[in-house]
Amino acid sequence: MPLPYSEIVMEHFRHPRNVGRIEDTDAQAMEGSPACGDMVAVYLKVDPEELRITDVKFESYGCASNIATGSIITEMAKGKTLEEAKAITWKQASEALGGLPPVKVHCSVLAVDGLRAAVQNYEERHGLVKERVPTTVEVVRKRLKRVMNPVVGLDLVRTKLVEKIEVADGTVRVVLHLPADHQFAANILEEIAEKIEPLWDVDKVVVEFTE
Amino acid sequence: MFEDVIYLDNAAATRLDERVLEAMKPYFFDVYTVATSQFGYSLGIDARDALDDARARVAVGLGATPEEFIFTSGSTESSNLALKGVAMALGEKKGQHIIVSRIEDFPVLHSARALEKQGFQVTYLDVDEYGRLDLDQLREAITPETILVSVQAANQEIGTLQDVATIGATCREKGVLFHTDATHSVPRVPLDVRETPVDLITVTAHLIHGPKGVGGLYVRKGTPLAKWMDGGFQESNLRAGTENIPGAVGFAKAVELVTPEETARMQGMRDRLIERLLQIPHSRLNGHPTLRLPHNANASFRFVEGESILLHMDMRGFAVSTGSACFSRSLEASHVILGIGGNHERAHGSVRFTFGRFNQDRDVDAVADAISDVIEKLRAISPLGKE
Repeated sequence: MPLPYSEIVMEHFRHPRNVGRIEDTDAQAMEGSPACGDMVAVYLKVDPEELRITDVKFESYGCASNIATGSIITEMAKGKTLEEAKAITWKQASEALGGLPPVKVHCSVLAVDGLRAAVQNYEERHGLVKERVPTTVEVVRKRLKRVMNPVVGLDLVRTKLVEKIEVADGTVRVVLHLPADHQFAANILEEIAEKIEPLWDVDKVVVEFTE
Repeated sequence: MFEDVIYLDNAAATRLDERVLEAMKPYFFDVYTVATSQFGYSLGIDARDALDDARARVAVGLGATPEEFIFTSGSTESSNLALKGVAMALGEKKGQHIIVSRIEDFPVLHSARALEKQGFQVTYLDVDEYGRLDLDQLREAITPETILVSVQAANQEIGTLQDVATIGATCREKGVLFHTDATHSVPRVPLDVRETPVDLITVTAHLIHGPKGVGGLYVRKGTPLAKWMDGGFQESNLRAGTENIPGAVGFAKAVELVTPEETARMQGMRDRLIERLLQIPHSRLNGHPTLRLPHNANASFRFVEGESILLHMDMRGFAVSTGSACFSRSLEASHVILGIGGNHERAHGSVRFTFGRFNQDRDVDAVADAISDVIEKLRAISPLGKE
């Protein structure tokens, strides 16, 4: 019987690596997806001299693809510098897992976001954050590349669903080439808000649907 | 390879009973013709007799006459015909308002939405924390424009039974047609149209160890219903298409094999399983404690996710179902759990267990032990519920 998940995904789901908490953690982050309800927590131990991850653990309140990605991405991050860890992409994690079903991509992106957020948490705690950049159309577009179109499992920008982005006075307006009653409209809307709202100079996110 | 699987998803599909298959066989190999009129050839008349006989045997279980029962391809078609058929028959004559409950299964819910797009007005009635319909709200919702009320006899996920008799009486009093989707209840929870005022009933064979692809619709004599599957004059000219005679014969046999003793045995297994499930910390029952399907148990477990539970259960040889958004094709959390006032989290960790004829008493402890262990393991890796 072919499962929708690869053998590697199932192996990591059955026996997830690096599971648990680090009690005297140097950094931590919890990321959640309102769309599917999954959550993932990531904990880091960092060598302050080399800025290298010496230990990493994760916890998951989620489905198989969330657990498996948490497992593989912590394996990939261990021993890497913070800069290297931040550069790990969802695509690399997905490839290492032998691929993921398109509809499950967002649960898996969450684990990658969790790692990045934990690294960011370390940087913030240790005064390593560089100057805050103002939000521009390009910044928004970059973030929207992390919002998946669940129908095909590719991001909104790549699937050409983003018609227009406007940034003015703390309000970000996104126009999507999608009917408002599309089956995933509510999910996409929530995920956009989740990605854009945390930007330091954004007060409001407005999403409009065409068609 | 699946012999060792303990199958507890009997509300989705059931294993065919061999006795049903034996009853069907002659209508594949010997009497394989269409049902002809009495002026046709002998085989066709035999086929006609078999179909009439099957119809009478299924109808009698509902207290109906054979003329009031038509065979369909299953409950999805039956409910589509009921809602759209009444809408087409009465929409222009009487009114354009339909009432359904919020927790109907998709055939009714999506038929109602489709009619909404055609300009019909639909009221979605609330249910209480157990999934029981608010009868006062129903009374208030009926207007002179209302043509149909459709409320299920039992819920597909949480197993809650509705007070079909009172709902029917209310509709009768107000002069409104009443359809009930009894896919999950009839014949285990009997429904008799001589006692219960109901005009249309959706039923199916595949959840009582009958074949897939055959169901039926009870249509009370005189109920206005428009035909929308056009073609020949089959099924009292309400549903065109060559009759599925082996299916009809199998359906009749499946109905007859359901006994009160068997249903009581399932209820015993259900009650013991519910007791075991509620011993798991941070668990709660979904649905009504007593007014529920005899073969349905459904519980939510906090801090863990349904698809993960389901996959771990599968690896241990158990087939169960979940209302988690992660598991659904649409990525939407169960509308039933949300409808009974639950949040996404409760849907996220909900698991449904449904018994069938081939389950044995020992399955109860086996599945309860397995799920307790799976939940403990998943909670150990969850960031929630630790403090």
